[in-house]
Amino acid sequence: MLRKRLALVLAAACLALALAACGSGEKKAEEKKEAPAAAKQEAPAPAAGSAMQVGFIYVSPIGDAGYSFAHDLGRKALADVPGVTTSYVESVPEGADAERIIRNMAAKGFKVVFTTSYGYMDPTLKVAGEFPDTVFMHCSGYKTAPNMGAYFGRIYQARYLTGMVAGAMTKSGILGYVAAFPIPEVIRGINAFALGAQKTNPKAEVRVVWTKTWYDPATEKEAAKSLLDVGADVIAQHQDSPGPQEAAQEKGVYSVGYNSDMSAFAPKSHLTSAMWNWGVYYKDVVEKVKAGTWKSSSDWWGMDKGIVDIAPFGPMVPKDVQDKVLAAKADLLAGKDTVFAGPIADQKGAVRVPEGQTIPDADLLGMTWFVKGVVGATE
Amino acid sequence: MFGLTAHKRTEPPGWGSVCIFPAALTLALGLGLGLMAATGRPPAAVLGSILSGAFGSWRALEETLLKTAPIFLCSLGVAATFRIKVWNIGAEGQYALGAVGGAAAALAFPGLPAPVLLPLMFAGAALAGALWAAIPALLRLRLAVNEIITTLMLNYLGILFLDWLVYGPWKDPASHGFPMTALFAPGAVIPRIPGTRLHWGLPLCAALALGLWFFLSRTRLGFELKASGEGRRTATYARMPYDALVLLVMGLCGALAGWAGLIETSAGLGRLQPTVMAGYGFTAIVVAWLARLRPLAIALAAFLLAALRVGVENLMLDFSVPAAFGRILEGLILLCVLAGQFFATFSLRRAKAPGTAREAA
Repeated sequence: MLRKRLALVLAAACLALALAACGSGEKKAEEKKEAPAAAKQEAPAPAAGSAMQVGFIYVSPIGDAGYSFAHDLGRKALADVPGVTTSYVESVPEGADAERIIRNMAAKGFKVVFTTSYGYMDPTLKVAGEFPDTVFMHCSGYKTAPNMGAYFGRIYQARYLTGMVAGAMTKSGILGYVAAFPIPEVIRGINAFALGAQKTNPKAEVRVVWTKTWYDPATEKEAAKSLLDVGADVIAQHQDSPGPQEAAQEKGVYSVGYNSDMSAFAPKSHLTSAMWNWGVYYKDVVEKVKAGTWKSSSDWWGMDKGIVDIAPFGPMVPKDVQDKVLAAKADLLAGKDTVFAGPIADQKGAVRVPEGQTIPDADLLGMTWFVKGVVGATE
Repeated sequence: MFGLTAHKRTEPPGWGSVCIFPAALTLALGLGLGLMAATGRPPAAVLGSILSGAFGSWRALEETLLKTAPIFLCSLGVAATFRIKVWNIGAEGQYALGAVGGAAAALAFPGLPAPVLLPLMFAGAALAGALWAAIPALLRLRLAVNEIITTLMLNYLGILFLDWLVYGPWKDPASHGFPMTALFAPGAVIPRIPGTRLHWGLPLCAALALGLWFFLSRTRLGFELKASGEGRRTATYARMPYDALVLLVMGLCGALAGWAGLIETSAGLGRLQPTVMAGYGFTAIVVAWLARLRPLAIALAAFLLAALRVGVENLMLDFSVPAAFGRILEGLILLCVLAGQFFATFSLRRAKAPGTAREAA
């Protein structure tokens, strides 16, 4: 009896689905006819007076924490700018797929396109050459064109401060660092973190594990566990997921987040996070484009402009540590950046930057060596 | 089950086989659009966005065709091996080796003119891919090692080998430490067909599809391949060189997947970098089965899958749809179409009395 009734229900469900499918099939035919008309509209830029479209391309899913999440918060901040609409495409691989999606945005009349990952540099440059009236902004690269700017933020400043917190809080003196890829951006962050940690704890060492992935929560969590196994009692990270934070909390040790405030994912272990605040920069660019005053440039904003920051301290961070870090933050806010001021030695102990000198920006952007106190290889 | 029993058809279902594929496709699309409607996105506009993104303009169609090429080549290769029941899931690694082989030629002889250098690159890619594929083939033939495991594992080795090259010896000193080779010399980039964004890799794909179709259905060796699918004993009984055939199809698959890797490297990126790996070697397996291993059907299935992917990107932009939706839609379509193939081999009849269902199985 029950079986018969089940069969009846299933048959009804199938029928409903089939009907729905038929309906959509008819629509499909209609849409096909309309499609070429839609295509004709897409070439010219939207007429003056209509909203200015701003597009974003993200390398990972937006999710609820991480690099793309931080960029998307910046996109949402554009809601305050009148006459601007935004859209995005997430999880775009950094190859031929990116080029196609960037071109699609430009062809649809988007006025500004932000491509937010290093691997989008060449595709962005290629499409920028085809659409001279569109403004392309590429994040974390170095190539520019008359209609293509490059931008990034000095997140290493925030990492330096989080390193100070980690150095003060570690008991074992071993800090674990789950890192994505051995590229300059990541290496620079690890170095800044290590230098910060050594400021509060000269004996602190930073152990690095490469995951070779930007977004793979399971792998990132496992990498953190391997660091915990060698005695790390603070876990920092350069990834797009809070996986390392979760591993630290499960083991009952501390963690330092990245990209956004990760306290919600590991409230008991979260000391602070190095955070992006892209909104201030995105508003600046979009307003300049609207006003017609935008010019191609390479921007590398620091904490003084508000593009990077650290998250509020966890309750376990003592007052004297907080004060020390906030004093260093005040210097950065005032534009005094001494993160990479000499003397700085490399892993072998050879002095790379003598006292009185600071690593120039060009060298920071191409950094491929670790400072003293970092355990791991840069490849 | 449900008062119905399945019976194996003695004859193909006639008109039914023509209808099954579109019906399954429509059902899957209907389900996907229902999902969109449930999240407040008008289904008609959603479908329109997908279609116009994939076919709505010459530019869109070009993008879809460009996306088709690597899926098609890999799929053609794995289908050839599946035909003789060699379960090769190593196209991803063979693709990586092809990219490496092609790049090796490009980096070794940057000064050569395109008419010399490009054939050299194609030869390098085919050779590297074929040799990579020959490893599991030989392991199976000589040591009876299961090729499913070896081909799968060689994928990871191949990708890591590519990574090692671009992070190490092949890294462009001017790349600011980023993992990539220097940009290829102009002679090493597959040229575009004048007036379009399409490259000459696409006509090559078309020629290969026709050639392979002819080979499989019109030549003696093609027939032997089909017959060897019944296994070594059958092949030996019919005096067909089973070992040579296994090596042949594996080498063929390696060469085709290798060319896919080369085309994506040369025409797509203009340099070798880890992002050339986009999972086409795995997609290829699904496409091959969707097309039931027939070369021309593979061309169609690869084109439709590429269209879906390109179209969904447009949908993501138009309606802020999460990237996961594309995967869901792809999954629905594969599930429906593969399930639909059940009806091509079986017919459902009302059970005469409870208990007869078991007999049918």
